[in-house]
Amino acid sequence: MNTQEALLNFCLRLADNNMIAAQRLAEWCSRGPILEEDLALTNISLDLFGQAENFYEYAATLQNNGKTADDLAFLRSEREYFNNLLVEQPNGDFAFSTMKQFLYAAFAKPLYEALQASKDETLKGITSKAVKEIKYHLRHSSEWLVRFGNGTEESLKRSQIALNELWRYTDDMFLMNDNDKALIEAGISIDLNTIKTSFMATVNEIFKAAHLSIPETNNIITGGCNAIHSEHLGVMLCEMQYLQRAHPGAQW
Amino acid sequence: MENLNQLTQWEVFIQSKSGSPYEHAGSLHAADKSMALQNARDVYTRRGEGRSLWVVPSDCIVASSNEDAEEFFDPSEDKIYRTPNFYKMPKGSTNI
Repeated sequence: MNTQEALLNFCLRLADNNMIAAQRLAEWCSRGPILEEDLALTNISLDLFGQAENFYEYAATLQNNGKTADDLAFLRSEREYFNNLLVEQPNGDFAFSTMKQFLYAAFAKPLYEALQASKDETLKGITSKAVKEIKYHLRHSSEWLVRFGNGTEESLKRSQIALNELWRYTDDMFLMNDNDKALIEAGISIDLNTIKTSFMATVNEIFKAAHLSIPETNNIITGGCNAIHSEHLGVMLCEMQYLQRAHPGAQW
Repeated sequence: MENLNQLTQWEVFIQSKSGSPYEHAGSLHAADKSMALQNARDVYTRRGEGRSLWVVPSDCIVASSNEDAEEFFDPSEDKIYRTPNFYKMPKGSTNI
């Protein structure tokens, strides 16, 4: 595995994570529980689209074969997408989406922080900007979880159900393959296990404040970074990529 | 009776840069003060409008009423001597 190929794959994973998380959040547009939250959800979605774009642009540069960032986003199929399984899960109710957002941000924040020490200057640059945004996303979702947990029986119940459903996808975020090995050796990326402590510290702190408990589950599902996905990603991509597939090269 | 499907209303004030006054930007609904601050950030500062925010529960603001407008504000209308109209500018100065 050469480093260039590994870096390309890693950039696509980061880009796909943001793209898919952003697309899911965009589904909330006009459906937010209150106007203020509708704006907040779509703000976060746009932040993530922006991060995705930066990673896709860099991936396109690394690939250097004439394909653009748009081609990467809109013309790859689900077996060529490397995002984590968590972010592709359907939105469910507001508690479910908030939990999904929280778990993703709790993972992405320490990852981006650790990438500040990367030997790859571009990766360092993109993540130093992204980390400010992701900190806010983490704060936003954490505040909501704490309020669900201390709100009504119903809000606590719904956020616990969300956690029960989503926890099985958290190991997937820390899954590594040969690309990671090559990048760790080159000092470009990190051993994802090293940020697990930080991730666990964040979730334990917030779950304690929100009266939530991590479920005992033996149904751990992984595969995202190897492009093995749940049944939901294909359906999502159909909708997201429809325009570019039906009208190749369409612009506005 | 309290309207249970509405959260508390808050007024939002934005300071555009350090040292400038906080100016009223609008209002929003939120459950408590930290959520109000987050909502204010999301609703009112998306386009770089500010560097600092205040949120104040709307019912903490004491406002003058329309009925009071005459006795509050009309008397100042003919007190032209309270404005610096008759003040001679010192030589060489363009504004004070």
